[in-house]
Amino acid sequence: MTRKTSKAPKKKTEFVPNIVVFACNWCSYAGADTAGVNRIQHSPNFRIIRTMCSGRVTPGFVLKALKLGADGVLVSGCHFGDCHYIFGNYRAVEQFDKTKALVKTLGLDEKRVRLEWVSAAEGPRWAEVIDEFVGQIAALGPSPLNHQPKSKE
Amino acid sequence: MEITVDKLKKSRAFLCLECGKCTAVCPISSFNNSYSPRRMVAEGLFYGANGLISDPLLWSCLTCQLCSQRCPVDVKYSEYIRDIRAVAYSQGSWGNPSHGGAMHHIMEMAASPKLKQDRTGWIDKDLKVKSRGDLLYFVGCLPYYQDFFAKDFDFSPISIARDTVKIFNYLGIEPVILDNERCCGHDLYWLGQFGQFDELGRLNMKEIEQTGAKTVVTACPECALTLKQLYRERLGPVSFEVKHISEFVAENIDKFKFNDLDMEITFQDPCRLGRYMGVYDQPRETMLSIPGIKMHEMSHNRRGAICCGTTNWMNCDATSKQIQHHRLAEAKATGAQTLVTACPKCQIHFRCSECGEESEKVDIELTDFVNIIASALKG
Repeated sequence: MTRKTSKAPKKKTEFVPNIVVFACNWCSYAGADTAGVNRIQHSPNFRIIRTMCSGRVTPGFVLKALKLGADGVLVSGCHFGDCHYIFGNYRAVEQFDKTKALVKTLGLDEKRVRLEWVSAAEGPRWAEVIDEFVGQIAALGPSPLNHQPKSKE
Repeated sequence: MEITVDKLKKSRAFLCLECGKCTAVCPISSFNNSYSPRRMVAEGLFYGANGLISDPLLWSCLTCQLCSQRCPVDVKYSEYIRDIRAVAYSQGSWGNPSHGGAMHHIMEMAASPKLKQDRTGWIDKDLKVKSRGDLLYFVGCLPYYQDFFAKDFDFSPISIARDTVKIFNYLGIEPVILDNERCCGHDLYWLGQFGQFDELGRLNMKEIEQTGAKTVVTACPECALTLKQLYRERLGPVSFEVKHISEFVAENIDKFKFNDLDMEITFQDPCRLGRYMGVYDQPRETMLSIPGIKMHEMSHNRRGAICCGTTNWMNCDATSKQIQHHRLAEAKATGAQTLVTACPKCQIHFRCSECGEESEKVDIELTDFVNIIASALKG
């Protein structure tokens, strides 16, 4: 991660969000590739985990990421009708509804988790979604479960 | 961390006679003949815990205590397994969690002191609760179960919490409910994750003591066992008395007036309520004091009751499903229409086993003890 370091250590609490992205193999992962190949500038604060289908991303995946200190989790799959496995993204919606409810009960902000659809051709949209989500998490601040030191020089 | 002679002495494993009564009654062994409590004890004693640590069956034990009940020398098999699990966990081995480990992640997250949960959304205007007082209702994981299971199983775990508060309000009691109550840690204790268990225990005890509660009542036998015995064992004396809701209702039975409920029921004794805490009569007597209720006992009842098939959200497999199916069939065979349990988890597990093919369903209604009592309250 390259980030401009300021000359003086003025801001001790500069917050760099840590975001985990679950991207499906067929659309969103390829969408992220497209964004890279087209050299579209976007925030570098996320780590992608590739899953075969967004429907595979159960609450357990997202909760584990949050438990280990992720500030936000993005689940991304194919648009409705485009799923490689026909109905996988409908399952993703069911699973994500559960996840969202659990995250709310845990007292974490619901905005820390997000479900998005990005196709393989939508490189610019991928960059847009990532930038928007990173901005949203940066505004929320670090997760209460984030065990890492807040300051990064 | 290693298994020590002291620990083996404490669980009395050295006294094992290798008679095999444990394996004969073990619900897991009945359906999976590669699992045997006798072999687990023998292997541990002959070769040390190292062989068992990598054995995936280590995580299958239901800690239901049925084996210890039959053991002629009182080997505490659940404690023996718990101690080996603690060693295994410290060396990085773990079982196969159900629901993708979601439940375990929630428990471990709850141990983080900074977490401020939002778990009291279910308390509506009809329910009267307060923030300080003598009697505290410990809700347990029901709000999480509501989020996780309500849609899949077409039942509302949170109705158990609502009905419990209704029972208190019927007696004119406004129970205290904690805003930021943690998981009790029961499952982590039996999985050998003592560090997180102690953390949860300390946080909960601090919260409970702040309310000034003298009595803690819970509708979950696992919470009751944990608050009553396990916190005392790990963290020293507690300043409050702990009761399961069935004990509380039985003590105050004269103050209740019930409507007729025309039902034929049978009762599933939860392991923690029955074999661990010795509460067998209270739920039966209170339900029988409701006019119109007929009780049929299953052939395995009270001390011999068979577990609901999964504990600690761990190693739920075909064996678990077979145990559940057989238990439900046993309940159906009594002629009862409804199987009543006093543990929300039993109900979740039984409902899960009924989710399969239409032809494989046992088709018996399931409900909780608290729901029965609340639906019979007069006026």
